[in-house]
Amino acid sequence: MGKIKGAIVVNTDRCKGCSLCVVACPKDVIALTAKAVNVHGYQYAEAVRPDDCIGCASCGIVCPDGCISIYRKKMED
Amino acid sequence: MNDIISPENLVYKKPELLNDTHMHYCAGCSHGVVHKLVAEVIEEMGMQENAIGVSPVGCSVFAYNYIDIDWQEAAHGRAPALASAIKRLWPERLVFTYQGDGDMACIGTAESIHALNRGENITLIFINNAIYGMTGGQMAPTTLIGQKTSTCPYGREPALHGYPLNLSEMAVTLPGTCFVTRQSVENVASIRKAKAAIKKAFTASMEGKGSSLVEIVATCNSGWKLPPVKANKWMEENMFKQYPKGDLKDTTNL
Repeated sequence: MGKIKGAIVVNTDRCKGCSLCVVACPKDVIALTAKAVNVHGYQYAEAVRPDDCIGCASCGIVCPDGCISIYRKKMED
Repeated sequence: MNDIISPENLVYKKPELLNDTHMHYCAGCSHGVVHKLVAEVIEEMGMQENAIGVSPVGCSVFAYNYIDIDWQEAAHGRAPALASAIKRLWPERLVFTYQGDGDMACIGTAESIHALNRGENITLIFINNAIYGMTGGQMAPTTLIGQKTSTCPYGREPALHGYPLNLSEMAVTLPGTCFVTRQSVENVASIRKAKAAIKKAFTASMEGKGSSLVEIVATCNSGWKLPPVKANKWMEENMFKQYPKGDLKDTTNL
């Protein structure tokens, strides 16, 4: 059986670091950057454990600024 | 990883109608989510060229900068009156207002109630966060009993400040309304329900069934002085008692 794998792309300069995506992610894939900030001075969301992403799109749906694009693919064994 | 990130695998992205202008809302503000839902619904209905929004005075005063449809800016609280006129002149257009609780439930109460009661074929989207966000967190008519704001620093006291106003419950009693619902946007499930409600309201207005009121119970992190995640929790624990969610009235048969 193929495994569903996902990936997210964050528009980092649009992100305000509200961390709503961090709590929405069922697989704890996302975290805010520890030290880096974007052009506006916000910490931004990034996939810290990208291999666990299942592409459920929860992060994108709750994001108030529409920063996250989600991709999903069924991997062959 | 790179073989996953390709256009054919895309499952979710920012709707096309929501443009790249940086939104001025505070981090985690519910407005952004509702803007996204409005853009998605208009896209799904194929009304990109035929939708007219009326933006209010309040935090969402710049809504016209973010969603690429036609907009008009109304005087404070007068969005439903303006929307009524637009809809009567252009009945084939999708006309809606987007208002906060200060605009709709305070200064614009009369316009809102009368537009709803006339059964204008418009949708009123009502963002209720129980505080005046833009002006610095003052008490609103919708502020909860005991809730602290900058103008009631010891908590709202009924003897002094009166009681919270449930505008949606008032709208239910009006014969002109066909759909009155109260939703929220704090998690994926509630966001999906809120989107379905907005779509139903827009569809009802296009089918001439009467006026619709979609209340979204929302957060104001800055006004409540809470981080976004805690604000959502506070809303679930406190706001939903005063403002219970669900469809309050539905005669649309949709």
